[in-house]
Amino acid sequence: MSAFSRALQAYPTLLRVGFAGALAYRAELLIWMLTTTMPLVSLALWTAVAESAPIGRFGAAEFTAYFMAALIVRQLTGSWLVWEMNMDIRSGSLSQRLLKPIHPLFVYSAENLAAIPLRALLCVPIAALALAAAGGERFQAAPAPLAIFAAALLGAWLLNFFTMALIGSLAFVMESSTAVFQLYLAGFMIFAGYLVPIELFPPALREIAAVLPFRYTLAFPVEVLIGLSGPRAALRDLAVQWAYAAATAATALWAWRAGVRRFAAFGG
Amino acid sequence: MAQAPLYSIEVKGLSKVYRVHEREAGLAAALRSVFRRRYKAVHAVEDLSFSIGFLGPNGAGKTTTLKVLSGLLHPTSGDVRVSGHVPQRREADFLKRITLVMGQKQQLLWDLPPVETFSLNRAIYGISGPAFKATMAELEELLDIARISSKPTRQLSLGERMKCELAAALLHQPEVLFLDEPTIGLDVSMQLGVREFIRRYNERHGATVVLTSHYMDDVAALCPRVIIIDQGRLRYDGDLPALVRSVRPHKRIALRTSAPLDRAALERIGGVLELDPARAVLQVPQDALREAVGHLLARPEVTDLTVEDPPLEEVMRELFSHKADEPVTAGGPEEKDA
Repeated sequence: MSAFSRALQAYPTLLRVGFAGALAYRAELLIWMLTTTMPLVSLALWTAVAESAPIGRFGAAEFTAYFMAALIVRQLTGSWLVWEMNMDIRSGSLSQRLLKPIHPLFVYSAENLAAIPLRALLCVPIAALALAAAGGERFQAAPAPLAIFAAALLGAWLLNFFTMALIGSLAFVMESSTAVFQLYLAGFMIFAGYLVPIELFPPALREIAAVLPFRYTLAFPVEVLIGLSGPRAALRDLAVQWAYAAATAATALWAWRAGVRRFAAFGG
Repeated sequence: MAQAPLYSIEVKGLSKVYRVHEREAGLAAALRSVFRRRYKAVHAVEDLSFSIGFLGPNGAGKTTTLKVLSGLLHPTSGDVRVSGHVPQRREADFLKRITLVMGQKQQLLWDLPPVETFSLNRAIYGISGPAFKATMAELEELLDIARISSKPTRQLSLGERMKCELAAALLHQPEVLFLDEPTIGLDVSMQLGVREFIRRYNERHGATVVLTSHYMDDVAALCPRVIIIDQGRLRYDGDLPALVRSVRPHKRIALRTSAPLDRAALERIGGVLELDPARAVLQVPQDALREAVGHLLARPEVTDLTVEDPPLEEVMRELFSHKADEPVTAGGPEEKDA
């Protein structure tokens, strides 16, 4: 049996034990989720601005739909792998993962995915209530956009996960990779459409955002979900997103392999 | 050596150099280190070759060697083969054949009961249902963990955790066991329990056990063959009694007496290490032992007599007080057993 098919066979158990772990850390998870409620702050700001007159295509209802969708996408695709890898590499705990006949990134991915149902359980009802109150009809219900949205959501998760794995791998050569993560986060805040919908950017900045990968981790699935993006544009963006995800995965796996050679397995 | 291919572990010229960032204390040094970092090469293991307990003081290179053997570290130079594999390639087939238990690093999931780690390992190692059941039953019997393995790991005592660590590490029935200080921090009875388990596991499964420890009792109880490294260099490779003979070529004779013995008379037989009214300890060269015992047994005051090797701690102290580049040669065994 190949290593990959064995890993796939082990995946349901990895997910089950990961879920049990997420349940054990439910309080921490809730607090961590509360730190990612920036879309709610943006929502309050922008609906206040849009009260007098809409900005472009965005009135109060559009802002509500956009930022609620952003909250959902962020919660379902976010990854804290950088912190975990940074701690595992610096403390030497990575040793236990390296001793297993399954790639550690595979196990990390299961732990990450296993927490999503709990995060969904906590955030989806809040977002659904807010949407029902205002802007609910803007959500796409037809099967085609929903299918594109599902693919975009998975693409966003993959892109996020491998970006975090790539930055996390820097801890093999740097004393801490979290500083680089802060830098990435600054780029994400601006270019992912987290604070302001990209459509409202000045044209030059919009063009830069279209080229950078950040948009594909958040704004793109959000735009598909609330119908800001037509099917043709959405499919093209989906191809770009998956290409970014594949390239990031390849780079992250390369960085991991190079990094493990330098792993000093201290502290044990 | 004709038997060389049979060795499950082969090490030739192994070296591992860590590049360590060095800076002095203080703000100025911190700022300086931002612009100009000073690195120091620390030779953890230097040119080590052996074809298996590992003895040595803190910092000797025991753990580094174990980490290289288990594929966690890439050696700076040298050749290592374990069960025919190059460890640092970390091939799945290799990882399924080995296990590494670190006394100070755990694999048990902290907030979940050990049974969850067991089922995780079952999935990761692809252990079939019947094999898992049989191995689990055996480990539960040998380690007496059936009662504790459903409690969250964080609520277990150190000794209970170590037993569950051993179970988690052995579920896939590895043929090579690397045990790094498995009894560290455990109380005496728990140390005995873990030691007994390792011995019985080795007997039942014929697994190769490579163990590092600075508890001499671990080594004396478990290891027919001993490798001693100090400052990353091999100092001794052979069996334990031969090591004791080579470093301390004396035997100890402990006496119980019904009346005080005369010191001068005892000193004619051997060195007097202890002397009180009811007890005496003498030290005599190996070749004078028979004659000394004869003399002592002829004395009516002697009610009991035992012949012992010097305590291992003493042997080690003496060994490590020599320079690290002086190999221990005298009295090494002729035949080596991997």
